[in-house]
Amino acid sequence: MIENRPWLKLFSHFILIAGVLIVALPVWVALVGSTQSAGSFADSVPLWFGDQGVQNWSHVLFHAAGSTLQIPVWHLLLNSMIMALGITFGKIAISMISAYAIVFFRFPFRSLIFWVIFITLMLPVEVRIVPTYQVIANLNMLNSYSGLILPMIASATATFLFRQCFMSMPGELVEAARIDGAGPIRFFFDILLPMSRTNIAAMFVIMFIYGWNQYLWPLIITTDDTYYTLVMSIKNMLSVPDGDIEWNNVMVTTLLAMIPPVAVVVGMQKLFVKGLVDAEK
Amino acid sequence: MRKLTLAMAVLGGLSLSGSSFAATEIQWWHAMGGANGQELNRIVKEFNDSQNKYKVDPVFKGTYTETMTSAIAAFRAHKQPAIVQVFEVGTASMMAAKGAIYPVYQLMKDTREPFNPKDYLSSVTGYYSDLKGNMLSMPFNSSTPVLYYNKDMFKKAGISSPPKTWEEVAADSKKLLASGAKCGFTTGWQSWVQLENLSARHNVPFASNDDGFAGLNTKLLFNGPLQVMHITKMHEWQKSGIFSYGGRRSDSVPKFYSQQCAMYTGSSSAYGGMVKNAKFDFGVSSLPYWASEVKKPSNTIIGGASLWVLRGKSKEQYKAVAAFLHFLSTPKIQAEWHQFTGYLPITHAAYELTKKEGFYKTHPGTDVAVLQMTASKPTVNSRGLRLGNFVQIRDVINSALESVWSGQATPQAALNTAVKRGDALLRRFERAHQ
Amino acid sequence: MSVYFPQKKLPYLLVLPQLIITAIFFLWPAGQAFKQAFYREDAFGLSQTFIGFGNFIDLFQDPLYYKSMGVTMVFSFSVAFFGIAIALWLAVMADRVIRGKMAYQTLLVWPYAVAPALAGVLWWILFDPNIGPIALFLDRIGIHWNHFLNGDQAMILVVIAATWKQISYNFLFFLAGLQAIPRSLIEAAAIDGAGPFKRFWDIVFPLLSPTTFFLLVVNLVYAFFDTFGVIDTTTQGGPDGSTNTLVYKVFKDGFIGLDSGGSAAQSIVLMAIVGLMTVVQFRFIERKVQY
Repeated sequence: MIENRPWLKLFSHFILIAGVLIVALPVWVALVGSTQSAGSFADSVPLWFGDQGVQNWSHVLFHAAGSTLQIPVWHLLLNSMIMALGITFGKIAISMISAYAIVFFRFPFRSLIFWVIFITLMLPVEVRIVPTYQVIANLNMLNSYSGLILPMIASATATFLFRQCFMSMPGELVEAARIDGAGPIRFFFDILLPMSRTNIAAMFVIMFIYGWNQYLWPLIITTDDTYYTLVMSIKNMLSVPDGDIEWNNVMVTTLLAMIPPVAVVVGMQKLFVKGLVDAEK
Repeated sequence: MRKLTLAMAVLGGLSLSGSSFAATEIQWWHAMGGANGQELNRIVKEFNDSQNKYKVDPVFKGTYTETMTSAIAAFRAHKQPAIVQVFEVGTASMMAAKGAIYPVYQLMKDTREPFNPKDYLSSVTGYYSDLKGNMLSMPFNSSTPVLYYNKDMFKKAGISSPPKTWEEVAADSKKLLASGAKCGFTTGWQSWVQLENLSARHNVPFASNDDGFAGLNTKLLFNGPLQVMHITKMHEWQKSGIFSYGGRRSDSVPKFYSQQCAMYTGSSSAYGGMVKNAKFDFGVSSLPYWASEVKKPSNTIIGGASLWVLRGKSKEQYKAVAAFLHFLSTPKIQAEWHQFTGYLPITHAAYELTKKEGFYKTHPGTDVAVLQMTASKPTVNSRGLRLGNFVQIRDVINSALESVWSGQATPQAALNTAVKRGDALLRRFERAHQ
Repeated sequence: MSVYFPQKKLPYLLVLPQLIITAIFFLWPAGQAFKQAFYREDAFGLSQTFIGFGNFIDLFQDPLYYKSMGVTMVFSFSVAFFGIAIALWLAVMADRVIRGKMAYQTLLVWPYAVAPALAGVLWWILFDPNIGPIALFLDRIGIHWNHFLNGDQAMILVVIAATWKQISYNFLFFLAGLQAIPRSLIEAAAIDGAGPFKRFWDIVFPLLSPTTFFLLVVNLVYAFFDTFGVIDTTTQGGPDGSTNTLVYKVFKDGFIGLDSGGSAAQSIVLMAIVGLMTVVQFRFIERKVQY
């Protein structure tokens, strides 16, 4: 350190702790709310634990998410997991190979193809929701995992980031590979893949979160609750005309919907931070 | 590429599994959340268990708006449900879509299912019938606005009976405030209660063309003297604490539960929630009117929703639909639904059955809505509203009222703006349906 | 890079999956949107009339569209500004402490993983005018909180919820940026007698400016597009359109209002705006890579 000013250090800790607490405040409220009875929310949101915790959690997880959603949350968790992993692996797979083609090969229409892919960055699904819905319906993909997954793979963010990553690799690598007589396929698996490990890991985290947190799309294309995902089901639990929101169940579901992606980010923090900061710099 | 096709095939295969029933299956998209949703599921289960030819699959699709719009989106993609629950506000849009809907009277005739329109309360079916009186959709959950009041708080303020008129609401509220209440009353569904029903109750048109029943070139008229006077009063009351605003839908009802407000004007179907959440003695009374404007108020109009049958299904499926609609209208089911939810009984038989069972005696106040609806013969101004793009018009009205509550616009100016914007939406609807 | 593989067919095979997915799930629907922008349709799609630029003319004569543009600007820049300012402050503090740096990072990074829709729900319950603890507290100190009614408060609520989620992302970048600043520079300034504040403004902040600019772009894009869930679960664009951002409006007019033509026209306009933003972002990142 440059100088030692204890008050400054103390002040820093103070600000950081305050920041951490404020950031955590909503989760605290959700946590204590999840242990309350539905009636406890009638006057004001409780700020301390109730005695219904075990009951609420087990009810929501194994029985039914709430009165508007007669399906246990473990099932929604499973769907969310399938969707998130499908989007993650699908996206990583196709974007890696297309970025590979664009960076390591020269071929006619290369820049045209490049732009066709990149144009998808310009219109997120929220903006073209109605026509996309119709396309999915025409393909018979409403209420299916493929309908949940495939349209989400169309965005080029991952391709873009892999392209950045590949472009920063030294050109001599290819030369060396060619001298060794390694073809492009072997080069891809033996050299490129191991070298992009950090980036793939970071991409995994980013895409898993992106996939897990999808909200509007699943809301619109699923009518069969066997395909509901966890995040979208919140909307179901909140819209009760002429009725009351069961805040205790909403809080349990919210927490359950947060746990997997938060666990992924915290668990893979090092790789994620390195990959994120490197990839986008 | 082969890998991808394979993956697609696997994923596609997953989506196909799990739908091999022998019985004819029909989907019903609805917007009944909460306890009412559970009751709905119970009724459907009863139908499914009562026979083995048909199976109804109820799907909760969110709010009324979301349910209707997702059904329409699904129709455009040829994936529509057989039955969709559409709120009263969507009636004109559904009616105008002649190629998309299968009128209920037609369906019942085609499938030879027993059906007598006279069985139903005319003040309910009027909203959903064409000019010849044919029922186009099946009323399911109809409600009408009533006044809930906190008996404990009334007692504390020394008031013996609930207010009948808005004048009394103001006077009682002053006493309530003096006795320590934080607010006199709050309202749910402001456009429906404080403008649409206000107009009906005072026999004043809400829109031209007999409230839109007579044609598409309708113009809005809710910026007239009665409506402006009422909103001006409410704004004054808001400033003096008599009225407190809490949201567009029923989001204001917690103010009543928590005993901040002593009265709540809202849907009669909120009764179930009241029983569950009010930790005090509450009563139900009819929706107030202005004694200065009318001697005897007209009936209120309904809210809630009806069931529309969509085109594009097989004959066998329509048989299932007809059988299910018949089942829903039986006195037993109707009475159960009415008693559980607080929605109006839609058939005379269901009302009589409920009365005979003594329900109104053991649950005082639950008949207020029925009596209020049937107290007088509906006039052209109290039959209902038939406005295209009404969903958005409600939005416009809500915005206008909110601009009054927040002091950004005077009542007259706000209602004028709302009429102007609403008329533009009506013209747009008219153009699209020429 | 100057050395490439010589294969001629393989690259096409490699880009094929992505091209197919893009064509089916992006180009096709986008083309549909383009077509719809020039038609007037009823809600059920039973009748279509070609009306040329009618939808665009309606759009640009609609005062609500300009209002929505204003709302989007206020929202996006507020989220970007507060997100960056708070994250920078926390990062500077975290860079200062030696013990617990990782712990702080862990405790601050997780909101990144929370879905915007859930962030909306969490902040809604805190600010619910009837039962929310913060709203009740504000009421007690004389601020009447009701985001169902007050447009400014509704905006504050969605900005808070959207910013809360974004702080973690910005924090990571700033912390990395701070750690990359050579100690010698700061030490030299310290020897010259510059205090911590002066050092920050004269040395640290300018050195962080590329990161800040990058984050500004990323945050604006985030506020533009990824906050749909926040708005949908809290205010749904209200009251009186005061949180109706352009993206939310496209959805609302198209899916709720069932005006496919008007909504498609808005999509086209948005596409143009985003195209511009993408080019800016692209250029910027491209240049940085070449350094």
